[in-house]
Amino acid sequence: MIRIVDRRFDSKNKSSVNRSRFIRRFKNQIKKAVSDTIDKSGIRDLAEGKRIGIPGRDIAEPQFSTGHGGLREQVLPGNDRFSTGETFDRPQGGSGGRGSKASPDGEGMDDFVFTLTRDEFMEIFFEELALPNLLKRHLASITEFKRVRAGYSQTGVPTNINLVRTMRGAAGRRIAVGGPYAARAKELEAELARLLDTVGEGDPEVTRVRQEIAKLKVRAEAVPFIDSFDLRYNNHVKVAQPTTQAVMFCLMDISGSMDEEKKNIAKRFFTLLYLFLNRTYEHIDVVFIRHHTVAEEVDEENFFHSRETGGTVVSSALKLMEKVIQTRYSSSLWNIYGAQASDGDNWLEDSVLCYELLNEKILRQTQFYAYIEIAEDNPQNLWEEYEKVQTSHQGVFAMRRIKNATEIYPVFHDLFKKRVG
Amino acid sequence: MARKKSTALPGGSEWSFESIEAYDRAIGKIAQNYGLDCYPHLLEIISTEQMMDAYASIGMPVYYHHWSFGKSFLATESRYKRGQMGLAYEIVINSDPCIAYLMEENTLPMQALVIAHAAYGHNSFFKGNHLFKQWTAANAIIDYLVFARNFIAECEERHGQDAVEHLLDSCHALMNLGVDRYKRAPKLSLQKEQLRQREREEYLQTQVNQLWRTLPPQPGRDSQTEEKRFPVEPEENILYFIEKNAPLLEPWQREVIRIVRKIAQYFHPQRQTQVMNEGWATFWHYTLLNTLYDENRVSDGFMMEFLQSHTNVVYQPPYNSKWYSSINPYALGFNMWRDLKRVCEQPTDEDRRWFPDIAGSDWRGTFQFAMQNFKDESFIAQYLSPRMMREFRFFSVVDDDTSPKLRVGPIHDDQGYQTLRQKLSDQYNLGSREPNIQVWNMDRRGDRALTLRYFSYQRRPLHDDFNAVLDHVAHLWGFPVRLEEQTASGEVNRLGEKG
Repeated sequence: MIRIVDRRFDSKNKSSVNRSRFIRRFKNQIKKAVSDTIDKSGIRDLAEGKRIGIPGRDIAEPQFSTGHGGLREQVLPGNDRFSTGETFDRPQGGSGGRGSKASPDGEGMDDFVFTLTRDEFMEIFFEELALPNLLKRHLASITEFKRVRAGYSQTGVPTNINLVRTMRGAAGRRIAVGGPYAARAKELEAELARLLDTVGEGDPEVTRVRQEIAKLKVRAEAVPFIDSFDLRYNNHVKVAQPTTQAVMFCLMDISGSMDEEKKNIAKRFFTLLYLFLNRTYEHIDVVFIRHHTVAEEVDEENFFHSRETGGTVVSSALKLMEKVIQTRYSSSLWNIYGAQASDGDNWLEDSVLCYELLNEKILRQTQFYAYIEIAEDNPQNLWEEYEKVQTSHQGVFAMRRIKNATEIYPVFHDLFKKRVG
Repeated sequence: MARKKSTALPGGSEWSFESIEAYDRAIGKIAQNYGLDCYPHLLEIISTEQMMDAYASIGMPVYYHHWSFGKSFLATESRYKRGQMGLAYEIVINSDPCIAYLMEENTLPMQALVIAHAAYGHNSFFKGNHLFKQWTAANAIIDYLVFARNFIAECEERHGQDAVEHLLDSCHALMNLGVDRYKRAPKLSLQKEQLRQREREEYLQTQVNQLWRTLPPQPGRDSQTEEKRFPVEPEENILYFIEKNAPLLEPWQREVIRIVRKIAQYFHPQRQTQVMNEGWATFWHYTLLNTLYDENRVSDGFMMEFLQSHTNVVYQPPYNSKWYSSINPYALGFNMWRDLKRVCEQPTDEDRRWFPDIAGSDWRGTFQFAMQNFKDESFIAQYLSPRMMREFRFFSVVDDDTSPKLRVGPIHDDQGYQTLRQKLSDQYNLGSREPNIQVWNMDRRGDRALTLRYFSYQRRPLHDDFNAVLDHVAHLWGFPVRLEEQTASGEVNRLGEKG
């Protein structure tokens, strides 16, 4: 008695409970690892699962065991040179080589390294930003698909059978397979008629022809009316919902007062906007503009990891942004988003210029513009000028002073509310 | 030609349910001719991910939830995806019917190999070996695991996930010390288990309360007379002792301890028979598939693929290779069984001297006897032949921390065979591999402290981890826990105290 059970389709993700328990249990370590990963990887790389490592020591499951020392005797295979009684030095690195080794890719072997799925990663990232649940779901979900008809296939579920195609195929097959029999039978009928005319009933030839006709009829009838390979099914494929394209400008002050920590907060701010756009638009360009007294367009690596000293002229970045829009993203096909992070320092006269640039040029072309000021001191003139912008462009311009990552979300509150609601 | 065609088994590398069935039937017939006595079996086709699931829950189809299984799943997944390890192509469960997993991405020859290895090799071992017969109840294990999972889920609902998780952490830390080595475990049964669980709860609680009841004071006597130790004899099964005697545990907590203990007990025979069991299964997949080939039922291509996996499995890297980690149980076991067959069929003079009883005997009878009545240490002590020691080029190295150098002990030569074999056998003795820690005393009058005693062997110290484990013991016990070390000379030192 042989029993084979196909289990492939039941209880997938049986381990997901244990997995989520593991993540719950080591939440703090994992959070830290996630935070490190965000700092290390690009804004656009977060769409997939991430490998992270947490200290192996924290998650050890201790058991009683014996340590080094005492008297031990071990039997080993593959003797190539030893004879009884010989003595030799202890090999370097202790017996058995139990010490920690570094793996070639730089992760300590003592670290417990594993891959978080996109969902798990997002969950932790969002928690850090204190996002409301509805929005979390909205951002984390993958693009929606539409099912569209795509011809016919030979496999499918019974409800999708296409009758016309199936019957047409069956008819064709019946003709192709049964045709020769019918033709031959016709010939024989003719011959039979001729024989009956000439030699008449009772002739052995007549009997033979009659038998042959009968045989052919059986054959012709054996051709099935419909066969399993006649079946045709309507085929469907999933197609991503068509969406449009967007460009996102990241503007950041890199003057001396923006330290690594402030840049990391800024990075989360940019990332959040990116994720939102990623949900809404199929194609997104990201333009990184950094500035101190002059602005330049750079790649992401340089954007986050370079530091310069000197004063700050914010309008230089806005001018560059305006220029890039004019040259590359002027057509109405592009939805333009801006995100600016700064510590609020600016030349006094320049802040007025910023107001004018935003008010008269940039905000007329952008869908949304968000500004965060990462600072603890009292706001300065740039903030005051931007407040004026906010009153004249409600719903398109958002700004906020923040000290840590949990305060980022309110900047986008209006934007997200509009889209999600 | 026509005859051959009618008996040939499906070829190619793609498997189908029909072809698997055909192979199973053919292999089953040959196994029967060889006299293998198996439980009926169930072949389950699973995906890679499910295989990793199964890995994480030590192969069991049902198991309670715990973060440590998630951890092992993540670790397996991570290494598998990076190509650092292949998945073992088989997992087999000692149950009746015996369950063998076939991974969907295996080729047809691999499926045949797994069927022969797991569904006939391991299966017959589970059914025949005395340790499995005595300690595990193949017909009840799945039911018991279902009971365990439901009970623990219920506890989580009633007492909170954190409390249950912490309790399980502590139990897992003592899992290896939660087995009876000499006493026989009672059989498991789902209904009885459920029926009795409630009774047991109440009964246990009354017992514990009795034990701690305050006795009427007897002045002048208490303080002077040395109190008798409890337990009178040291108790090796620490989890059992805690389950029965810890003063403050709730009934459900005792039940959870019992569950962990029972499952540890179920796995205990597997840990004691790794070489024998894997060797036996490997010997049989090798023999069964070769018989198929001899009968002209499988192609050369099939055999090439099979032999390639087989050779990988039974490869033993030498001690100085970078692939060396330990003695490969598949290699040692497979070669020992094959050698045993050789001793039966074509004994040399040396074999006659070493194995007068079995040289030239009927190999199938000898195999049955050996498979049924031994575990790794005794199997090696009994059947490892000088020829095997030469082939493996075994040698022993003595590492004495009081001497500056390592010394080579017995090697594969005439003077060494006997002792070398003894050393190797010792290496598979769980008693000498794991520290011997027993419950020594509990202080019933004073601070209710529990004292564990480590009986050191060959002056080997306990690994520093013991502090973390003591925390777990203290968590279970609810009062202070002390750990002492007793050396061979009888000297006793306090190692640590927690709680």
